[in-house]
Amino acid sequence: MNEPEVLIPIVKFCENHRIEMAFITMLHENGLVEIIKEGDTLYVHVEKIPRLEKIVRMHFELNINLEGIEAISHLLERVESLQHENTELRNRLRVFEG
Amino acid sequence: MDFVDYYKVLGLSKTATADEIKAAYRKLARKYHPDLNPNDKAAKEKFQQLNEANEVLSDPEKRRKYDQYGKDFKHVDESAGARGAYSGGGPFTYSGGDEDFSDFFRSMFEGRAGAGGGGHAKFRGQDIAAELRLDLKQAFTAHQQVFSIAGKQIRVTIPAGVENGQTLALAGQGGQGINGGPAGDLYITFAIAEDPQFKRLGADLYTTVELDLYTAILGGEIVVQTMDGSVKLKVAPETQNDAKVKLKGKGFPIFKKDGQFGDLYVTYKVKLPTNLTEKQKELFTELARGAK
Repeated sequence: MNEPEVLIPIVKFCENHRIEMAFITMLHENGLVEIIKEGDTLYVHVEKIPRLEKIVRMHFELNINLEGIEAISHLLERVESLQHENTELRNRLRVFEG
Repeated sequence: MDFVDYYKVLGLSKTATADEIKAAYRKLARKYHPDLNPNDKAAKEKFQQLNEANEVLSDPEKRRKYDQYGKDFKHVDESAGARGAYSGGGPFTYSGGDEDFSDFFRSMFEGRAGAGGGGHAKFRGQDIAAELRLDLKQAFTAHQQVFSIAGKQIRVTIPAGVENGQTLALAGQGGQGINGGPAGDLYITFAIAEDPQFKRLGADLYTTVELDLYTAILGGEIVVQTMDGSVKLKVAPETQNDAKVKLKGKGFPIFKKDGQFGDLYVTYKVKLPTNLTEKQKELFTELARGAK
């Protein structure tokens, strides 16, 4: 947690994406993103950045509100899990077909 | 290179107003946006078409040119510059693949597109999807591989134990951002070729070895190939055809679990002798008599 290279300051993220800090805070309050506080600075873990960027795109480009993002996130998790399972089953089938 | 009917792509008539174009684009983009359709190539292609249609129809100058020349686009701007001058899209920043715009679009608008649509807004770079073909041996060992993607060389460490069909995301390794926007991501999907000797199921491997009749009956020692060498294996007397033995830890590395391996399952196929000599036939006959 204390390794600075894996934490991205939220201020920097917001600057890059031209969004308000309040938006990230709101996501945090809705349980959509985890914020890490070190001293006075707020960070987000680098591994969470792709998910956060996806949320930013959904909200600002597709005009989806937070409730919608929350519902979509759950469904996407399920889709990805099913896709993973599908890949595993295909690989298993490949063994028996071969 | 085929003509693309941008009005049809957006489900609009040629008399559509700017607001109708915007509304149609937003509605369809929400349906086909790649963020909402993970790993769906058809949706991604549709989304690219939408971006292209919006790029043209939402810009009065481009729309005028498109309406004017339409199907005769081949005769327009034939002297346009080299391909690849433009990347990125309409207001929606997600993009994927090397070709975000059709040949039709490039033919009509190449060299001008960069000035329109995007304006001065920051755009995230392209997300690039690539397929990497590996054989089983390559997937067995962690190694580095250099990719040439969108004109740049990217060195990627491929962890041991990747699965066929598995996708690794490399943040920030995709296309460069536009106007200072963040870089896109690189998604590498592995296609692992079938191996003639080993079948893989997760981290376990399966192989078949031939066993001669005499070793199967009397027992003995054989050498079995593994992924990273060979091992001596004791064969128990009276081993049956299709008997299996498990070689613990001789399977495939478990993805991102250093030093942990699956198992190797060896199935014996007992091979009956052929071209018997007279002496051998006699001995088998004697054995057969004894068995009755």
